Amino acid sequence: MTTQKIDVSALARVEGEGGLHITIVDGVAEKVEMEIFEPPRFFEAFLRGRHFMEVPDITARICGICPVAYQMSACTALEDAFGVEVPEELQGLRRLLYCGEWIESHALHMFMLHAPDFLGFPDGIAMAEVHRDRVAAGLTIKKAGNRIVQVLGGREIHPINVRVGGFYRLPRREELVALLPELEQARDAMRAALVWMAEFDFPEFTQDLELVAVHEPGHYPFIGRRLRSTRGKDIALDAWPDTFAEEQVRHSTALHARTTDGDTYLCGPAARFALHHTELSEVPRAAVASIGLTPEQAANPFRSLLVRGVETLSALDEACARVEAYRRPSAPFVEPQVRAGEGHGASEAPRGTLYHRYRVDDEGLIEEATIVPPTSQNLRAMEDDIRKLAPMLAEMPLVEATHRAEQAIRNYDPCISCATHFVDLRIERS
Amino acid sequence: MTEDRRPKLAVWKFASCDGCQLSLLDCEDELLMVAGAVQIAQFTEATRTVLPGPYDISLVEGSITTPHDAERIREIRRSSKLLITIGACATAGGVQALRNTADVAEMARAVYPHPEYLDVLATSTPIADHVDVDLELRGCPIDKGQLLHVLTSLLAGRPPQIRDEPVCVSCKRAGVTCILVAEGRACLGPVTHGGCGALCPRYDRGCFGCYGPAGDANPEALARPLAAVAQPEQVARLYSTINPRAEAFERGRRLAVLGQEET
Repeated sequence: MTTQKIDVSALARVEGEGGLHITIVDGVAEKVEMEIFEPPRFFEAFLRGRHFMEVPDITARICGICPVAYQMSACTALEDAFGVEVPEELQGLRRLLYCGEWIESHALHMFMLHAPDFLGFPDGIAMAEVHRDRVAAGLTIKKAGNRIVQVLGGREIHPINVRVGGFYRLPRREELVALLPELEQARDAMRAALVWMAEFDFPEFTQDLELVAVHEPGHYPFIGRRLRSTRGKDIALDAWPDTFAEEQVRHSTALHARTTDGDTYLCGPAARFALHHTELSEVPRAAVASIGLTPEQAANPFRSLLVRGVETLSALDEACARVEAYRRPSAPFVEPQVRAGEGHGASEAPRGTLYHRYRVDDEGLIEEATIVPPTSQNLRAMEDDIRKLAPMLAEMPLVEATHRAEQAIRNYDPCISCATHFVDLRIERS
Repeated sequence: MTEDRRPKLAVWKFASCDGCQLSLLDCEDELLMVAGAVQIAQFTEATRTVLPGPYDISLVEGSITTPHDAERIREIRRSSKLLITIGACATAGGVQALRNTADVAEMARAVYPHPEYLDVLATSTPIADHVDVDLELRGCPIDKGQLLHVLTSLLAGRPPQIRDEPVCVSCKRAGVTCILVAEGRACLGPVTHGGCGALCPRYDRGCFGCYGPAGDANPEALARPLAAVAQPEQVARLYSTINPRAEAFERGRRLAVLGQEET
């Protein structure tokens, strides 16, 4: 009997802290645990008693990488509770802000965290010593995303301009138009980077999981009222609690989500692409065609790099179009009429669907909060991937196997800070 | 091979959202330059490379919330020449210090089906409660300009200069009309440490104190103006948001609650 143990005590190049523990006996994974030891912060508990207007600012602090996602899911959940209809022009601005976050977060992940795996570097900075122009282009793209969030949101991390009902202050047209040269340059850079990344060596690997994403009619999804899946789910958000469940496992301060039928499901770029690639605009569609990315290929988690590239290009293209068409709306927000009730919100964080539910009293104070971050939903899929990779890992030298297992986790751009509710890989050979 | 004489930089994470260390990666124009001037010895979010200590500069993000972390920060202090805390969590306990006055066991039960799997402290405390800190950078998140200033100053061998003045001063410099006085809206600008460039007032909303209290914060003097424009519980919550356990903000919160009891 051959027992191999892979232990990564602290997974690098992921957001937040965790480890990965794998035991492989005769080529079969006996134990795969993504250990998340990041301390819990109890957000859902201390949101109780807070005024609804404070929720977007407090929940943003769950994640420094995707604060816009937290703010959007929080706002739309509370707007649902109060029956607020946000006018289309403000919804358009929300999409623009979300474009900024996707561009920033995806560029960070592609160029600084994920690409080094394919080219054999410990990090993006070391990669820059050999591929300086590529990394510099990545940083240009990242900066363009950050500039959107900065101008529209006030600052890149924990924006201050988002409120229930809309925004505190609307940008003047010239403030946004000033971003156009940077956005156009980033769009060109992303198009070129995709061609470069498409040449990377992607291990043959497929998953057969139910893929779930927000459905936003007429758009590649950011914020929506329904969810769809590749196995026929088409549900309103208030059916979330009946469709998905979270459970706690001993090795993780992150809860693990599954369907109420007990199945593993997956959200994120692969799910969005599978369900909604037909909504992509001409520029990203042409790029998809040029690199020959099919939905089947996109189901290979290692190719998530390319899907993020396509999504980044899509976000840059949409941002350019929205900035060009921008006319300052008549009012920055709709004043919510407070009433007791319950609301659901979901939006597509860069790494997947982020669901919020709040129960509010008649003074607008939060009675109960439930937040299901994307990484909690994807943890089971990550552990499943490692199980499926086990025979391949068993054939590899330890150092290589450890790298490959870490890469398999990084495929999902996990955010442990959000999920804390992450990987230490130990391979032990007898 | 010649010995690498560049200073060793380490980035450490405790209970936090990752945002402050992300600020370093958000310095898109300067990142490769800064990275060339130091050896990155520990920065889990950015690299697999881990170099042994001692470290010349340790940047510490996050607050202390578990027995294990209380021990870990002591080890980091022992192996660091300069220890700089970055952000509201590390300097004041952060938003998660909202648990300090609550029943943590009850909170754990509210969030986790098996609270017995968790090993957490009843409080979220700043790094300086546990070890000596050489420099603190405030903010939720920190301002990346301030971070770059600190790093480049230290690399050039001169002391960094972080101004301790309230947000109000930045507002005056930016030419923003006072939203507390002129518009009668609640704002913590007079008692909050500057560094954000009067961000919220520039975006037409009151400051909610994410840089924590300024050194000479006087919440006693602000109590009356705030009480004139906001309900006591609103003022109490305002002080009790991002830096709830910072001493001057605790005073502000208590004053609001006391004022409520008097009426």
